[in-house]
Amino acid sequence: MDVKAGIIAILKDFTGLDDIGSDPDENLFADGVLDSMATVEVLVAMQDKFDIQVPVSEFDRNQWNTVNKMVDRVGELEEA
Amino acid sequence: MHNITPYSSPTYFIYLLILLLPIMIGLYNGKRFRVYETFATIIILITAFFGGNMSQGISLICYILYEMVLVLSYLRYRTKKDSKNDFWVFFWSVILAIIPLVFVKLDPLINNATISLFAFMGISYLTFKSVEMIMEIRDGAIKEVKPWKFIRFLLFFPTITSGPIDRFRRFQKDVLKAPSREDYVKLLKSGTNRLMLGFLYKFIIGYVFGTLLLPKVSDLALSYQHQAPLGLSWWVVAYMYVYSMYLFFDFAGYSLFAVAISNFLGVKTPMNFNKPFKSHNIKDFWNRWHMTLSFWFRDFIYMRLMFFMMKKKLVKNRVTMANLGYLTLFLIMGFWHGETWFYIVYGLFHAGAMITNDAWLRFKKRHKKSIPSNKFTECFAIFLTFNIVCFSLLIFSGFLNTLWFS
Repeated sequence: MDVKAGIIAILKDFTGLDDIGSDPDENLFADGVLDSMATVEVLVAMQDKFDIQVPVSEFDRNQWNTVNKMVDRVGELEEA
Repeated sequence: MHNITPYSSPTYFIYLLILLLPIMIGLYNGKRFRVYETFATIIILITAFFGGNMSQGISLICYILYEMVLVLSYLRYRTKKDSKNDFWVFFWSVILAIIPLVFVKLDPLINNATISLFAFMGISYLTFKSVEMIMEIRDGAIKEVKPWKFIRFLLFFPTITSGPIDRFRRFQKDVLKAPSREDYVKLLKSGTNRLMLGFLYKFIIGYVFGTLLLPKVSDLALSYQHQAPLGLSWWVVAYMYVYSMYLFFDFAGYSLFAVAISNFLGVKTPMNFNKPFKSHNIKDFWNRWHMTLSFWFRDFIYMRLMFFMMKKKLVKNRVTMANLGYLTLFLIMGFWHGETWFYIVYGLFHAGAMITNDAWLRFKKRHKKSIPSNKFTECFAIFLTFNIVCFSLLIFSGFLNTLWFS
């Protein structure tokens, strides 16, 4: 399963925005696309989908603020 | 002799900068003088906590030792080979970490006798740091803490009395090395700018609002009390704005000092304010006002609570879950400010504002096409948010308590 497509699907689900992912470098926190609640939902969904563990402590907003960065982080956590 | 509150007068800075000069010369040359840094820390702590009677200072020492034993014991438990990471061990560690603060906060409710074990200026901010460490140790994000690292993090003097609240791992990155010459020159520049802006905020604008205007408006509001329903004359409205301005410029000024002095020591302490009165809504406001506190509450209370509720499927509806989170967060924030009705109401008011704001954002999303969005609506949003914030700060000020109950 393509990680990027999976992440975009999750983001679409929780934000209800169809055009999300059209710019994979868009800062998702800056414009309030993701708030804290949506962030937790996305994290929980990613944990289930990719079978990874993301402790809240490791969730540094600057490291998870774009689709591309999320793909990188999930990749790292899958390898670990 | 009495205790000297850091940054309370312009002359304080002259002595402070003389004391810090050797550290700054060292950093400029790529060296961190650890022994001298410790010496300077001790001098500042003595002036701040041991100036009058020694009780504040002794409390501080006992508190630090208590929290250190607690955090290091929890770390030891978590880094044991087959650590079970039991929820209840974590839970009781957090409770034990906040108990000294809880006692300090409950103390004013009790007549005569004192139950505070350790009372000193800034205990809240040190407690935030300790709890942060316990939470991140639980997650396995902090794996190693030496006693002296713990002490240096908690006793970092530029921020000891009122924040901003830094994070352990971020802080270590800065203090374990000396910055490059280029980086340090940048820090000196940003530090100087912040120091100057801080002077303008705290000693000029804050002084005008807090020392010159506020007592006058307060007297007027009290003298017109009997001519208006509930005592709410127009002077109370004036008090609301004057107090809000005073609170912002005084605290933002203080925070700028703390960040500036940190910068001089080669530490990038996070900023506390980001133009809060330009916020478009309450959610935006909490991302700009006393940021290190609101982010602490966001990361260590709200998000963790959401995570927990979602995993245990305690609440089905996501809106209910988010709203419960807001209520919990802002009630805790209210109780943290102090055990008076107006702090609690302030917390509830903000929880209500957040819940309303979320509902509006959901409505707006559904009716995107039919709701206009232009310069005028933007200005209106900023105006409305500003007034809601100022009203909440009027509650926070306790002036209504004076007006109605004393």
